Amino acid sequence: MTERTPPRALPRQSATFSNETNSEIRRAAATGIYAIRGGGAKRKVPHFDDLLFLGASISRYPLEGYREKCATDVWLGTRNARKPLHLEIPITIAGMSFGSLSGPAKEALGRGATAAGTSTTTGDGGMTEEERGHSRTLIYQYLPSRYGMNPDDLRRADAIEVVVGQGAKPGGGGMLLGQKITERVAGMRDLPVGIDQRSACRHPDWTGPDDLEIKILELREITGWEKPIFVKIGGARPYFDTALAVKAGADVVVLDGMQGGTAATQNVFIEHVGQPTLACIRPAVRALQELGMHRKVQLVVSGGIRTGADVAKALALGADAVSIGTAALIALGDNDPRWEEDYRALGTTAGAYDDWHEGRDPAGITTQDPALAARLDPVEAGRRLRNYLAVMTLECQTIARACGKSHVHNLEPEDLCALTIEAAAMAGVPLAGTDWIPGLSGL
Amino acid sequence: MQTIDLAATTLRELNAALQGQTASTNQTEWEILNPRGAHALAVGLDAPIEVTVRGSTGYYCAGMNKQATVRITGSAGPGVAENMMSGTVVIDGDASQYAGATGRGGLLVIKGNASSRCGISMKGIDIVVHGSIGHMSAFMAQKGNLVVLGDAGDGLGDSLYEARLFVRGAVKGLGADCVEKEMRPEHLEILRDLLARAEADASPEEFRRYGSARSLYHFRVDNASAY
Repeated sequence: MTERTPPRALPRQSATFSNETNSEIRRAAATGIYAIRGGGAKRKVPHFDDLLFLGASISRYPLEGYREKCATDVWLGTRNARKPLHLEIPITIAGMSFGSLSGPAKEALGRGATAAGTSTTTGDGGMTEEERGHSRTLIYQYLPSRYGMNPDDLRRADAIEVVVGQGAKPGGGGMLLGQKITERVAGMRDLPVGIDQRSACRHPDWTGPDDLEIKILELREITGWEKPIFVKIGGARPYFDTALAVKAGADVVVLDGMQGGTAATQNVFIEHVGQPTLACIRPAVRALQELGMHRKVQLVVSGGIRTGADVAKALALGADAVSIGTAALIALGDNDPRWEEDYRALGTTAGAYDDWHEGRDPAGITTQDPALAARLDPVEAGRRLRNYLAVMTLECQTIARACGKSHVHNLEPEDLCALTIEAAAMAGVPLAGTDWIPGLSGL
Repeated sequence: MQTIDLAATTLRELNAALQGQTASTNQTEWEILNPRGAHALAVGLDAPIEVTVRGSTGYYCAGMNKQATVRITGSAGPGVAENMMSGTVVIDGDASQYAGATGRGGLLVIKGNASSRCGISMKGIDIVVHGSIGHMSAFMAQKGNLVVLGDAGDGLGDSLYEARLFVRGAVKGLGADCVEKEMRPEHLEILRDLLARAEADASPEEFRRYGSARSLYHFRVDNASAY
């Protein structure tokens, strides 16, 4: 008789100590420094995918898809500004700095946004000619670092965005590592070339909503009460932060959830601080409604917007517009599989590349390397962004018409249901097939 | 002399009048009466005019100033001359927090004392304080010169970059990466010029110079406890 080997169970990986987790432990042990990366939260969180539109039926009439108008325009800054913004579509381009992005990438964003009838936004590095020259509507960010801040650029901006926080790192400041602090970037920021730059997380000359109100007054006085003043907050305490921004005099509140990207920060910050975008919108809208300011102070939502369906869902929950950053970069060419060989050489793969802080972006977008930056044709990339924005807008209109709306702003929570209990609770809409809104109705 | 009485004129009218002046204006002297601690006075100016504010001001007086000379005969609230680009701002009294914050050029003179965070994130401005300054002054200061004839509070120059700090009196404590540095002849020259322009009665030789040790310019695990 031959002796039989007893069967063995398959090797079992730990759900707690996964290969990915273990690799990070080994990396930390070897280097002694936390992981830094770009982008937004990669963990799976409740999102717009967990919502569905109900569509029209007997109780609601749909609009004819190709015959009846469904408007998409949006006014931003109607509360106090003499020159509010009028955009053709409710999708704007989020703030991204020159420094984190190359000059051609900023130009491409301006070209694409302008062709689509919407706005772009500066970032933590001042205003460049590339973006001012190619952006019909440019929002100038007023950040804690104040790099490159000056009254001339304030006045040639179309709106001013006071940045209090962002979704990727509410409570944290910007970061730009030495590889990207070239002579031009350093000059704009008044910093030595090649240092690891850490921006402050608090504004240097105000703290709290009472001070912010005076700061907004100063900005209005410098710009003749002409420009809309946006206040950008990270998805931390959206109800209170929105209410306080309104109290301080904001014309527009920009609310960025944890899926919103950053040029660089600690991975632990991105993944463990802040709330999902889906969880932030209704509290912010409730704050506006309770103050009688919904639709008077506009709400712009960002963080993980990818499709026209996401846009429609954000608007249905009460936003006036959305903003895209990561998606816009992908439209330009970020993480494109055509550069797979180069991504492999960097130890990653297309779709997963997030070492934006290292400045070696094969797609030539998140870099200051002239040779890499030259890979991006700003005209072609701008065209791709224009196309993408057009598709998102058409998708949003398609859904709005199906819900019987002649303007995308007429979408409402009653048009939605949720696929999961979590999403139902966060979005404040019924779980599909029920009347149950967790936290609001029944058990 | 153009006189504007804020008891009878709105802030908007005042700032619009001052901002409306150009390089060729012949209305070069302005006097503001009854400021009564108003915020955002004389902000965003961009012409070679002289403005005297008779009294004390609130937040952000002379914010983002270019070219103009603004004199405050009383004391100034938080953020006076914030992000100044050029010109001169003189405060006869004391200045509250964040004086000269993020300033990129020009000269700020405080004849009295300045509160905490004087010169925070300064980016090229020159600041001369005849009295003493509060804690965390010159935090993350990037460029320019901060001259203090009196004492400096705790945490001076924390995380600073290339700004130069000159203090005649005692320094309660230096912030992270701020160290005393050698006073070389070129620094004495800078100091002599600034003291003269600020009408400060002091000798450059009486000062000590502080600046960045540059040890935190790059992330290193060994520096973790410094942050």
